[in-house]
Order: sequence, then structure tokens, then C-alpha cells
Amino acid sequence: MARNGVVASQRWRSDGDVSSQQQPPADSVVADEVHVLAVDDSLIDRKVIERLLRNSSYKVTVVDSGVRALQFLGLDGEEKKTSSIGAFDSLKIKVDLIITDYCMPEVTGYDLLKKIKGSSTLREIPVVIMSSENVVTRIDRCLEEGAEDFIVKPVKPSDVARLRGYMATSEPSVRVNKRKQRESCESCSSLSTASSTSSSISSSPSLSPSPPSSASPTPMSISEPSSPSPSPSPPMSQSVSAPCSPSLSEE
Amino acid sequence: MDRNQSHRQVATMKQSLFDQGYLDHEQFNQLEELQDDANPNFVEEVVTLYYRDSARLVHSIEQALEKSPIDFNKLDSYMHQFRGSSSSIGAKKVKAECSLFREYCRAGNGEGCMRTFQQVKKEYTALRKKLETFFQLARQAGPVDRARRPK
Repeated sequence: MARNGVVASQRWRSDGDVSSQQQPPADSVVADEVHVLAVDDSLIDRKVIERLLRNSSYKVTVVDSGVRALQFLGLDGEEKKTSSIGAFDSLKIKVDLIITDYCMPEVTGYDLLKKIKGSSTLREIPVVIMSSENVVTRIDRCLEEGAEDFIVKPVKPSDVARLRGYMATSEPSVRVNKRKQRESCESCSSLSTASSTSSSISSSPSLSPSPPSSASPTPMSISEPSSPSPSPSPPMSQSVSAPCSPSLSEE
Repeated sequence: MDRNQSHRQVATMKQSLFDQGYLDHEQFNQLEELQDDANPNFVEEVVTLYYRDSARLVHSIEQALEKSPIDFNKLDSYMHQFRGSSSSIGAKKVKAECSLFREYCRAGNGEGCMRTFQQVKKEYTALRKKLETFFQLARQAGPVDRARRPK
């Protein structure tokens, strides 16, 4: 079952053959294995994302809140340590990618993203945001804050296949707004967005189109960087009682 | 009944659930794709978890609807979660009713919310029965031989 809470892991070299089916002991992360931290407050979505990620042979740690994610990453007040003996380093946790839900109580996916990108030790870790709501301003906001991608739920295997491309990245010199790039690609290709599984009333197109009835990935290679994204979207206020209902300013 | 017949029966039932709009074929198929020898009952586990987990949401929504005045923000928040989980398991009709509910919520229409919630519960319960039958059939038929996918 998903391991919530703080897990202290240590690196060790594995000379043996590590089958991806077999779970290594809970307190170890094998070096060279890709480790993904998944954050979602929905029990169902945690179970699904964990299975999706494990199926891709990733080592997975799943936590149920932004707060726990910050604890795991050593960002809960420990971030002031700038020396190499920071909490994160001493725990020797290797995280290659963070995938997080947007709508979570207390610490949203966006808050988590900001903290990670604001941390000298962690800012290089690619962060991917997931949301059941396809809100353009929300997507842009996350991308501009440094998210690698924004996945509209439900998460598909093709979305997970795309994650591999975000890891082992060198710093991009120019931020590319993937939503805009994808949309301009869509208009010139014949990819159908009718394959969207959404049956909701709002009929905005799915952000991550996949070929109908196929789980193969649709790689979007960035051949040349487009111009830097325009000025950030206007600050939005989210109502305190329902932090993730898209407020009028967000639509 | 031989194995092939059992499997055909399962496939037929699944197709009818798709055709009748109970399940989203893409999402449900993708969940099935995640099953393997180590996790042969993954879909059933997820669905069971869904019904268990969403029971408390249903209860919370019911309670929230009984309050006066109704806290629409809270309602919307519960329904957001409920819709999300429903979407993740491919519960198509349930998800659609949830979306409708949220529209009424945002409009501050308590009557509309209550009416729609009855529909949500109806679809939710109907789907549960169908899926119980489906999983029972699937278990009886046994695992499908899948020659595929090195792990």
C-alpha cells in the first residue's frame, strides 16, 4: 500500500539484479533507479498513480499531502540551511521527479512547486502538476513558476510515459510554455481531442491528448525554444474555504 | 462453461457497461492495463476503495445539504473530490451528475443541488451493483492470458 509520512532512505549500491517487481526494503532507494515522489490527497488517485508509476519501473514514494511532501523533502523549515549538510542531504534522499496534485488542503501543489523552486538544494528537481480542472490561467501559472508540465486528470499511461523526458535534464535556458506549444501543435496536426475522457459539462479540450484507444506516448520534442512566456498572469485570490474551486479570476 | 465462454461473457458485460454509458471505456481499459500477475485484481481493489472512500463524502454532502443556510463552497469542495475519484475509476454517469451538481452549487441553487444529488446517488448505487456482478464474473473466469509486457 502507499507509504505515507516521512521515509528516511539511504542510498546503496546494488550489484545484484533488482527486479522492478520486487519492492526493495522500505528504507532504501537503489542508486540509478529513478525515484518519483507522488503527492495527492485523494486515496483513489494515489493508488492509481502509484500503480502507473510502478508499472513504468519507477521507484515510488507516495504521500497524501503537501505538508508531508515538504517534510519528506526536508523543506519544512529546514530550508534555511544552505550548507551541504542540510537536512535533505543528510537523509540522502534522491528524488528524480515530483508529481503533485494541484488541489490539496493547506499546502497546494502550487505552494509545493514554489517552495521547491525556491530551494537552492531542490530547485533542479522537475515538478509536474496534475489537476482535474483544465483551467488555462492555472496551467500557465504553474508552468511559469517552473513546472515541467501540467497533466489534466485522469492521468493516462501516455502522461506517465512522458515523464521520463523531464528527468536528467540540464537547466533549460528559456522557459517554454508547454500548453501554448501544445495547442499550436494541435492546430496544425490532426490529433483529435475528441478522445478526451472527460464527460463533464465544461468542454474545454483536454490538455494531454492521447491517440484513441492506444497507450503509446505522443512525444512532444522541443526543437527550438519559443520566446519567453509573457508577463505573469494577474495575481489571483483563492477563497479560503474552498481553495480549489476555480474562482472567477481564474477562469 | 469453458474458460473462453467465461471470458467472452466478461467481455460482453464490460462492453455493455461502456455502451450504456456507465463506464468510460478509455479510463476503465487503462486501469485494466495496469493489472498484471503481481496485481491481478487491481481494478476491483480500486473500485472497492472508491466505494469505501466516497461513502464518507456522500455522507458529508448529505449533511451539508441539510444545513441552513447551505455552505455552497464546502459542498463544492466535497463534490470536487467526489467527482475526481469517480473520474479516476471511469464512473461516467456518476461523474456527469457530479458536474451538474457543481453547476448548481456555483449558482447557489440549493434545490438543484438536492435534486441532482439524488441522481448522483442513484447512478452511484446502480454502478456499484453492475460492477459487483462484473467482478464476480471476472473472478470466475480467471485471469486472462496476457502475452505481453516484460516488467
